[in-house]
Amino acid sequence: MQYSKMSASDFIKESKQGNIDAKDFYSKFFEETEKIQKKYNHFVTISKKDAKKEIDKLDKKTKLTGLPISVKDNICTKGIQSTAGSKILKGYIPPFDATSISRGKQEGSIIIGKTVQDEFGFGTFSTYSAYGIPKNPIDTTRSCGGSSGGAGGFTKAIDMPHIAIGESTGGSISCPAAFCGVVGLTPTYGRVSRYGLIDYANSLDKIGPMAKTVKDTALMLSIISGNDPLDQTSIQDKTEDFTKYTGRDIKGLKIGIPKEYFNNIDQDIEKKVRSAIDKLEELGAETVEISLPTTEYAIPAYYIIATVEASTNLAKYSGMRYGAQDDPKGHFTEYFSTVRGKYLGDEAKRRVILGTYARMAGYRDQYYLKALKVRTKIIEDFKKAFNKVDVLAAPTMPMVAPRFSEIEKLTPVETYAMDNLTVGPNLAGIPMISVPCGTSKEMPVGLHLLGNHLQEGKIIQVADAFERR
Amino acid sequence: MTERIEKVANIARLELTDKEKSTLEKDLDNILDSFKKLEKIKTDNTEPTFQPVEVKNIMRKDTIEKSLKQKDALKNAKETEDGYFKGPKAI
Repeated sequence: MQYSKMSASDFIKESKQGNIDAKDFYSKFFEETEKIQKKYNHFVTISKKDAKKEIDKLDKKTKLTGLPISVKDNICTKGIQSTAGSKILKGYIPPFDATSISRGKQEGSIIIGKTVQDEFGFGTFSTYSAYGIPKNPIDTTRSCGGSSGGAGGFTKAIDMPHIAIGESTGGSISCPAAFCGVVGLTPTYGRVSRYGLIDYANSLDKIGPMAKTVKDTALMLSIISGNDPLDQTSIQDKTEDFTKYTGRDIKGLKIGIPKEYFNNIDQDIEKKVRSAIDKLEELGAETVEISLPTTEYAIPAYYIIATVEASTNLAKYSGMRYGAQDDPKGHFTEYFSTVRGKYLGDEAKRRVILGTYARMAGYRDQYYLKALKVRTKIIEDFKKAFNKVDVLAAPTMPMVAPRFSEIEKLTPVETYAMDNLTVGPNLAGIPMISVPCGTSKEMPVGLHLLGNHLQEGKIIQVADAFERR
Repeated sequence: MTERIEKVANIARLELTDKEKSTLEKDLDNILDSFKKLEKIKTDNTEPTFQPVEVKNIMRKDTIEKSLKQKDALKNAKETEDGYFKGPKAI
């Protein structure tokens, strides 16, 4: 059996028919994975032993029938170390699975490892990882993007069927998908249970799939989505089979082009995305320019809300109970401060300080409350747009994957500005998908399709039609 | 110069080196300066959004369900005593 160029959907078909020898497949899979790991460092942990146990008890009647899944390291996996990219969680072995993981396991997916990320998701280039920096398989001098960098890089590098489970707070699925030339689907906030996710910012975090094809991401979303009583922000909607939106045409669909999303972007990126939009017209969609006037406020609003929430979430890491633990000597304030100072990384410290400051008495109204009100305005902008159009189309990132030498020179403010096109939709909790639309300087460019709340079907439909162009 | 950072770090229970303090002081100034942009947008009559997708309050039945075993809950802790987590002195 040839596994090269085989999609996850095709693998399942073959596996159901009994055409896949799971032992042979996984021996090749891990051989490839280990080669990729040596070259690009996409994993914190490769869980070969745990996978073997699962292969032995594989049920052919399940929906995923032995499909290999990689999992971002901030999603809890029973018995497999989950660090969220942080030293403060080194050695933490969750005694339970996140809901998205248990749902996958019930359908016969097999976890092959935990992918590298920026610490707690704090970053755009995966350079703030405590477990080595993942390298872009297309050009190793460049970033995979972040924060689901290992997920994006490995999805690109592995020439065998596989789906990655990533997570986005402000663009962490779309960005690495665009930089690595793969598909990344961020669902509506609350569509996929956050139970078992190591939180960054509770009102923003979304678990979602990354894969080589749109259909594969749709397939995985169908498995992991749906209400979960263990997550009180989980929406009531039942899951549906999202693959039914693939293979359709897009005649008559209205696609809005937000003009502000083309300001201050690389000229060649603009050219590639404009030509992708022309293609959507050729395929029968109607396009219309629209305006999202609050776009320029998304970065400050996002960084205030996200860091405020993060600074409270990170309070639980205190050198007790799990993760990094020293000798608990002295008074607790002293011990907690020392442990946190020792094990949290630079960007985590920066965001804890920023978030704590923005919710302190005297500053809370000026920063946090203001940002939450601006968030309302941003959501209103999107809602107005979706009264007129079905889907929005824009570039995913303002440039191609930067070189590490370029990233080193960026200040925090300049780094945050890179998220300009992804933080707005993430603040609004709307679904989005990044799909490759050509290259610039030999690096992939992402087309970003945004939909209204719970309209994953429409963005999958457009992305799939574009992919088959 | 770093009094502000020391105050915030103390609230956040975060020990910082002198070098970190001065870097963070500068970063905080630059970041907050870039956030000033928000003053331009009028929000007097706007409600804050804590959750992007509206959710209803849902009650569950008050019944006993299976939960994590105590042994498993304590598995990651280095310091435990009589089935409890053990931490540093609080008083």
